[in-house]
Amino acid sequence: MPETIIALKEVHKWFAGVHALRGVSLRLERGEVHSLVGENGSGKSTLIKIIAGVHAPDRGEVLINGKVYPRLTPLDAIREGVQVIYQDFSLFPNLSVAENIVLTRALAAGQRWIDRRQMREQARAAMARIGVELDLEAPVEELPVAQKQLVAICRALVDNARLIIMDEATTALTEREIRALFEVVKALKAQGIATLFVSHKLNEVLEIADNVTIVRNGTVVAAGPVAQYSRSALIRHMTGRDVDEMTYQGPQKPSGDPVLEVRGLGKAGRFFDVSFRLHAGEVLGLAGVLGAGRTDLALALFGLRPADQGEIRIDGRPVKIRSVRDAIAHRIAYVPEDRLTEGLFMSQSIGRNILVSSLDRLAGRASVVDRAQAQAIVARWIREFRIVTPSAEQPVETLSGGNQQRVVLSRWLATSPRILILNGPTVGVDVGSKSEIHETIQELARGGMAVLLISDDLREVLQNCNRILVMKDGRLVAEHQAGAVTEAELARQLSGG
Amino acid sequence: MSHQFPSMSHRPASLRETPLSIRLGAADPNTMWLLVAAVGVFLLMGALRPDVFWTAANLGSMARQFPQVGLLALGILLAMLSGGIDLSMVGIANLSAILAALVMKRLAGPGASPGEVMLYTALGVAVALLVGALCGMVNGLVIAKVGVSPILATLGTMQLFTGIGVIITGARPVFGMPELFTNGLASSVLGVPVPALVFAAFAALMAFFLSRTALGTKLYLMGANPVAARFAGLNTTALQLWTYTLVGVLASCAGLLVLAQTNSAKADYGTSYTLQSILIAVMGGVNPYGGSGKVAGVVLALLVLQFLSSGFNILGFSSFLKDLIWGVSLLVVMALNYLSAQRKLKQKGKEQGVS
Amino acid sequence: MVKRLAAKQEVVVFFTIVGLGLVIGLVNPAFFTAGHLFNLINSSVVMGIFALGVLVVLLSGGIDVSFTAIAVFAFYSTVKFLGTHNFQGSLLVPFGMATLIGLGLGLVNGFFVSRLKLMTLIATLGTASVFRGFLLTFIGSTIYTKLPSSMVAFSRAYLVEVVQGRARYGLHAGILVLAACALLTWFLLNRTMLGRGIHALGGDRVAAERAGFRIERLQYFIYAFSGAIAGIAGIVHSSMARIAMPSDLLGHELNVIAAVVLGGARITGGKGTVTGALLGTFLVTMITQSLILLGIPSYWQQAVLGALILVGTALPALQAKRKEAVGGALGGVS
Repeated sequence: MPETIIALKEVHKWFAGVHALRGVSLRLERGEVHSLVGENGSGKSTLIKIIAGVHAPDRGEVLINGKVYPRLTPLDAIREGVQVIYQDFSLFPNLSVAENIVLTRALAAGQRWIDRRQMREQARAAMARIGVELDLEAPVEELPVAQKQLVAICRALVDNARLIIMDEATTALTEREIRALFEVVKALKAQGIATLFVSHKLNEVLEIADNVTIVRNGTVVAAGPVAQYSRSALIRHMTGRDVDEMTYQGPQKPSGDPVLEVRGLGKAGRFFDVSFRLHAGEVLGLAGVLGAGRTDLALALFGLRPADQGEIRIDGRPVKIRSVRDAIAHRIAYVPEDRLTEGLFMSQSIGRNILVSSLDRLAGRASVVDRAQAQAIVARWIREFRIVTPSAEQPVETLSGGNQQRVVLSRWLATSPRILILNGPTVGVDVGSKSEIHETIQELARGGMAVLLISDDLREVLQNCNRILVMKDGRLVAEHQAGAVTEAELARQLSGG
Repeated sequence: MSHQFPSMSHRPASLRETPLSIRLGAADPNTMWLLVAAVGVFLLMGALRPDVFWTAANLGSMARQFPQVGLLALGILLAMLSGGIDLSMVGIANLSAILAALVMKRLAGPGASPGEVMLYTALGVAVALLVGALCGMVNGLVIAKVGVSPILATLGTMQLFTGIGVIITGARPVFGMPELFTNGLASSVLGVPVPALVFAAFAALMAFFLSRTALGTKLYLMGANPVAARFAGLNTTALQLWTYTLVGVLASCAGLLVLAQTNSAKADYGTSYTLQSILIAVMGGVNPYGGSGKVAGVVLALLVLQFLSSGFNILGFSSFLKDLIWGVSLLVVMALNYLSAQRKLKQKGKEQGVS
Repeated sequence: MVKRLAAKQEVVVFFTIVGLGLVIGLVNPAFFTAGHLFNLINSSVVMGIFALGVLVVLLSGGIDVSFTAIAVFAFYSTVKFLGTHNFQGSLLVPFGMATLIGLGLGLVNGFFVSRLKLMTLIATLGTASVFRGFLLTFIGSTIYTKLPSSMVAFSRAYLVEVVQGRARYGLHAGILVLAACALLTWFLLNRTMLGRGIHALGGDRVAAERAGFRIERLQYFIYAFSGAIAGIAGIVHSSMARIAMPSDLLGHELNVIAAVVLGGARITGGKGTVTGALLGTFLVTMITQSLILLGIPSYWQQAVLGALILVGTALPALQAKRKEAVGGALGGVS
């Protein structure tokens, strides 16, 4: 009889009014590789945090190794052999690599004293398991992203592990490192250790998992052996509809001169010799894994972290973009990657969030804002984007993810830009809003906007773009015309190593 | 699911309530609560000692006391809104007062003609304001340009400004101001003492600045999320620089009021004002992490504390006991804020959880 | 390796101390006399003990401005209590009592920070005011010059004494208390899980929580430790001064925090060492005590100290800024 390591029964969780989990059940047996899939915001992360003891369920039961935990703490979970590789790594930036790998297990083991030599040995052993070598004494804050992810993985490979949860653990890794990780998963499986593999890379899911659970809006919509599911079936369950793998048709041959042209752009240690052209009415995709330099490129174009080499031309004229104000003056807009920290002022009103980048235009003498005009602008964008709220005075934190993203888009469209840079525009947005945002992108392009769409959601890139640039290790390594490349091929190019 | 962009067909249903909610916004629960407290304390203290508290003399003396710490509290409001804090205000106030005092004493002392007195008194005031602005700018530069955290930067400049004051005066008080200055600020217009008018003018200006100008709005936004502010194209460096400069000017005005009232300037006067001004700001509903706070709240909190303080004096409380009470009030107010925020969060969760 | 060493602020502070010492010594050879050096060390003792408590709080990402109030509360109540009972026993009693009082008041700070999640600066500003107000209102406001006999004996306990001209100078035994506290703190921070938890909390609070550290308990410990250390510092201070003044040490807390930050502790938490804190303390003491040897009047002290704090905090801030310009994260990971 198989041995159940973890069982969740009808688990519910609310966050400040959001019903994040609505009766989720999940069971993992010894040695099982189980994949949890779902769109961003579907409840995956909450589920993981409940298993890890970070959040307590509001209703339902959590059993680990057959034991009911009414109030599971992180320490309980770790002691029961549950290890989590978090999406944000959850490392201590100020501590050394060795200490990051070993501290958690030492704490769980009830160790009270620190033995440096033993610590180094354990860390070295953990690294050897996935065949990597890092400077044990280097502070983690000085490592590149991929190495941080490796440290997080090493930390989870402890002796008493019974379940390892990998939450998007491959985002920054090269193909070779992903292979090595998969070998580890297989080896763990042979030792009877279960893996809960969470990823939005469905190819990886189909390859590695025995069973799959699909969540949507906080409920389990399908579960079973992974062999029963095709890729499209997974997508259908995740999105809740037949995704007409619709590809938008932009103008095939962008006419005229490019609006934006980048020549040999580079920034030491970040990206090198980047050249491309972007035309009016075109949606240009930029695909790359975490740490590939895609965001650095965007920040350079937007003046937040200017490039130190090469040239940016707008309408054929070379321009200097040294600050965000320069970028706005050249009518460039940027919708950032991390909506919560970079995009929004959560505690502030929707109105202020929309107006923030247009304030100077609205200010008259003595910087006094024209209230009527300001309200008209806010009203216009709330209406056009159908942002659902009782009042423009509500703080943005009361909105759903999709509505929040529309607020950020409104802010930038209110500055009437010509070049729109979108970095992961649909991360954490529900399915309905996602397709609306895609339609907006197409609408804007039809209206003559030049759009640079950065995303690691390859489907999104394939669906929306006329051309796709592939970025790897800070360089553009390939360019594809729409329809001339498959998702699998693109995925290989992104992480091939 | 037809997309509405860029048609204009929808009625702005979502905006109909906007003007109303702006009006209601002025009377949020915290402000209401403070108003009740202010009136309550005023009545209570009066009821305890009507013969002393409700006299013209006591009311007048209160109206001369609260503007000093009130201006400092407005400064803390600005600094906190921007996401920082300024612990150097008392140092700036004293340094400005010292320099103004030296100018007035040297140039407008005995023997100067009335015209000269007027001219040099005005010069003294101007010097104080300039010194305040410069000191504030130093804070702003260290915080915004160099990137030192506001707590540390202003801890350092607090020492520096106070130290410069000590060096200039040789650690002795400067006294003997022209009567034009001391009497001017001691007089009343239509029965209201001039310091109270000065404070009212600053409070009104600041309320207008914060609610109606682009700069004011930017200040709230930067305080709420400085990273998002940079991504939205706000010049956070310049904003911080201006904020601390303005805070410096407010401090120097407070210094001038003290100078006029005590007829002397000293490098280490009023060290307890730092705590009091922070207490007033926090009690007035200013979020110490930045992004929210209103002038109205600060003014009401100021009145509550002034009535209390004056009442305690009349009841014969020692200044030590007052320190104790201020400390307890600060802790209680912060704790209540935290608990009510927690309760709100839970309630919200429950309400929507049932549905 | 050399690079990593050079980047460490304690190394910079060490060489600043040596350089400054040489300059002062060249201008005024009196600096290099045993008498002056003993004076410097003796006047670093109390500040050094305080610095250890401050270091632990800063490491965890907090700030405590109430420790001088705690120290005064602890030594004044101890002296008053023992005085009224005409206590004649061992030195361990006043030390123990003050430490316990400090610990208790530290727990009060811990309650506000850990249970009520108040901003540490504002919470401790508030408690400092409460501690002082309570002491002066309910315990006493008069100055005691008659200390318990054991404390008086301790005040005259010198490890080494030299005679220069007609004056006698000694190295005070307080340095032993400092050394013991420093060793204890070093051991706590580097060799115990608790200490690594404090580092972890200062490095990333969420990650520390997920790793299984109990943040609330940790914070109670941190503030209790800081309070107990303040109590010890208080007794040493009052013994060495041979007086118990209830309004003592006011404003002194800023100098100590400044010294610890100068020694390389990061105010946002996670970085800082015992060595750095002690070196920072010594540098601050040296500057305040030795200005006079350079012919600078003593009332320049405060301004020089202010300037020193600014330079000492600006340098690492600029360094961090340069790092970010080269490639650090703006906010996100990628």
